[in-house]
Amino acid sequence: MVPVSDYLVLSAVLFGLGVAGFVFKRNIVTLFMCIELMLNAVNLAFVAFSRALGGLQGQVYVFFVIVVAAAESAVGLAIIILIARNRRSLNVERVDSLKL
Amino acid sequence: MPILEHLWIIPLLPLLGAAANGLLGRGWSAKRVSMVALSSTALAFAAVLELTREFFQLGADQLPVMHSYFTWIAAGGFRADFALQVDQLTLVMLLVVTGVGWLIHIYSTAYMADDRGYTRFFAYLNLFMFFMLILVLAANYALMFVGWEGVGLSSYLLIGFWFLKPSATNAGNKAFWVNRVGDFGFLLGLFLMFRTFASLDFASVFPRAALMPVESSGHGVLTVMALLLFVGATGKSAQLPLYVWLPDAMEGPTPVSALIHAATMVTAGVYMVARSSMIFTHAPRAMAVVAVVGAVTALFAATIALVQTDIKKVLAYSTVSQLGYMFLGLGAGAFGAGIFHLMTHAFFKGLLFLGAGSVIHAMGGEQDLRKMGGLRKKIPWTYWTMLMATLAIAGAPGFSGFFSKDDILGSIGTGTGGQILWVVGVLTAGLTAFYMFRMLFLAFHGAPRFDEHHVHVHESPKKMLAPLVVLAILSVIGGWWAAPEVLFGGVNYFDRFLEPVFSASGAMIEEMSRAFVLDRMAVAVGAGLVGFLVAWWMYIRRANTAAHVGESRNGIYLLLAGKYFIDQIYAALIVKPMVWISRVVLWHGVDQGVIDGTVNGVADSAQVGGGILRRVYSGNTRSYATWVVLGAAALVTFLLWKGR
Repeated sequence: MVPVSDYLVLSAVLFGLGVAGFVFKRNIVTLFMCIELMLNAVNLAFVAFSRALGGLQGQVYVFFVIVVAAAESAVGLAIIILIARNRRSLNVERVDSLKL
Repeated sequence: MPILEHLWIIPLLPLLGAAANGLLGRGWSAKRVSMVALSSTALAFAAVLELTREFFQLGADQLPVMHSYFTWIAAGGFRADFALQVDQLTLVMLLVVTGVGWLIHIYSTAYMADDRGYTRFFAYLNLFMFFMLILVLAANYALMFVGWEGVGLSSYLLIGFWFLKPSATNAGNKAFWVNRVGDFGFLLGLFLMFRTFASLDFASVFPRAALMPVESSGHGVLTVMALLLFVGATGKSAQLPLYVWLPDAMEGPTPVSALIHAATMVTAGVYMVARSSMIFTHAPRAMAVVAVVGAVTALFAATIALVQTDIKKVLAYSTVSQLGYMFLGLGAGAFGAGIFHLMTHAFFKGLLFLGAGSVIHAMGGEQDLRKMGGLRKKIPWTYWTMLMATLAIAGAPGFSGFFSKDDILGSIGTGTGGQILWVVGVLTAGLTAFYMFRMLFLAFHGAPRFDEHHVHVHESPKKMLAPLVVLAILSVIGGWWAAPEVLFGGVNYFDRFLEPVFSASGAMIEEMSRAFVLDRMAVAVGAGLVGFLVAWWMYIRRANTAAHVGESRNGIYLLLAGKYFIDQIYAALIVKPMVWISRVVLWHGVDQGVIDGTVNGVADSAQVGGGILRRVYSGNTRSYATWVVLGAAALVTFLLWKGR
C-alpha cells in the first residue's frame, strides 16, 4: 500500500509546479493551465486524505472543485478569446490597463 | 411699599423697552420707537421717585433694604442670588441714572431724528439703562459685575454706533479692550474676596471686613483686594493709566457721550469704590493710591484739555479730570463728597455734552472750535444753559460744582501728602476754569470763523432745549445741600444723608477749623477766577494770543497738543509687542507650526504612505500572484511556527 505521504508529496510538487508556472510564464493560456494544475494538485491531496481517514467529505469536496473548475474554465476561456481578439496578443504583461 | 418690595421692576422697565425696540422695532415708525423708549425710562424714573417716597418712610434700622428674588448661581460653596438692595447711596445713583437718563432720552429723540439707526440707538440706550440699574441695585459683587460688564457692552455698541466709520469701530474696540484690562483686575479682586470671605454678598463681606484689623503695611489681603478693585475702577472710570479709551469714545453720538461717558457709566468705578468703602478704609495704603491716582489724573487730563480743538474732546478730557477729582475725594476718605461731586458732575457735564451736541447740530456737524465763534446771539438758549454748566464746573460760588468741589478739597488732610494733593486739586480747579471758558469763548464769542453763507446756524428744537434747561437749573441748585455748611458752618445735608452708608467703615476726615476751611475755599475760588481771567485775556481781549502760542511751536504746547504722546507710547510698548508676539509666536509659531503642523502632518504622512504602498499595485498579474504566494507562504510559516 502506498503511504499517504507519497500522495501528499506528489500533490505538493504538482502545486509548486503550478505556482511556478503561474508566476514565471507569460502566455495567458499557460497561466490558465497552471491554475488547473494547482486545483488538481489540491484534489489529489483531498482524495489522499479521504482514503487515509476513511471519510467521504474529501471526495465530495473534489467534486465541488471539479465543478467550479469547469465553470471557471468556461468563463476564463471566453475572456481569453476576447483578450486575444482585442489585443492581438496573449502576453499577460500587456493586460494592465486597470492600473492607476 | 410696592416698589420697595419689588425692586426688580426698576431695571426691568428699560429692559422691556430695549427688547421691544430691539427685537420687534424693525418696521416701527420713529414715533412708536421713541414712545416705547421714552415711556420705559420715564416709568423707571417714576418708579424711582415712588421708591424715594417709600424710602423716607423707613426707619434707620431697616436699611439697607435687601431682597433676594432667586438663586442665580449655586456651585459648591459658591452662591450668588439675584438680589437687589437699596440704601442711601443706591438711591442717589438711581435718581441720577434714571433722571438724567430720561432727560437724555428726550434729547435724543430730536438729536437722532434723522439717523437711519434710530430704532437700534434706542434699543442700545435702554439696554444701557438696564445694566446700569443692575449695577447700582446689585446686592452682591457677582451681580454687580454683570451690570459692570453690561454697561461696558452697551458702551461698546454705542461708541461704534456708526459702524461704517472705521474710526468709530476702532474707538469701540479700544474702549472694550482697555476696559478688559481693568475688568481683569476687578475679577481678580473678586476671586481674592471670595477666597478671603467665602462670599460675594455685601451683607456678609462688609461685616467680616469690618472685623479685620486696619492694615498699615502694603501687603495685607485687604490692601491687595482694594487695589485690584481699584484697577477695575481705573478702567471703567478712565483714570491713569487706563483713561485712553474715553477721549476716543467721543466717536459715538453726542447723547451717548453725555449719558454714558460723562454722567453715568464712567462713574461706576467711583460708585464701586464708595460701595466698597469698608474694604478701602481698612487699607490706608490703597486709599493713598486712590487719592494720588485721582489727583494726578485730574491734573494730567486738565492740561491736555487746555489745547484740544474738538469741542467734544475738551469735554472728554474734562470728564477724565473731574473723575480724578471724585477719586481724590474717595481716597481722602470723603466718600460722601466723592458721590456728591458724582451727582453734580452728572448734571453739569451731562448738560455740557448736550449743549455741545446742540452746537454741533446748529453748525451742521462741525465739531472744531476753530471753525465756530460768535454763536452767542444765534443760539441763545444753548449759550445760556452752557454758561450755567461752565460756571458750575469752574466752581463759581453758588453753583453746584462749587459746593461739591469744595466738599472734596475741604476734606483733604493737612499732612504733607494732603497739602500736595490739595495744591494739585486747586491747580486743576484753575486749569478747569481756563479750558472751560476757553471752549465757551471760542464757540460763542468773538467773530464767526465759518462761512455764514454755507452754514445756517439755527437753534435746536424744543425737545433738545428742554433737557438743557432742566439740567441747567440742576447745575445751579444741585449743590445747595451743602450751602448751610459753607454759609454759616451748618450741616451738609448731602453728606449727612449718605453718612449711614459710610459711617460703619470708620472713614475719618480730619477736623479743621472753619477759618481754615474758608481760607482753602477762597484759594480754590481764586484759582478758578485766575483761570477765567487768563481765558478771557487770551480769547477775548487779545484774541490772537492763543494763535501766537500755537504758532510758536514751543515744547510744552506740542507736548500737550500731542496728549503727552501716551497713545503712541502705549502703541510702542504694549500694542506693537503684543501684535508681534501674536503674529510671530502665536500665529506663525503655535497656530501654523504646532496646530496646523499636526493636522497637516497626519494628512501628509497618509499621502506619503499611500504613495509608497501604491507601488505594490503594479498592474502586473504575475506580481500579484507573487504577493499571494508570498503571503500564503508567510501564513503557512506562521501557522507551523505557532503549532510547534
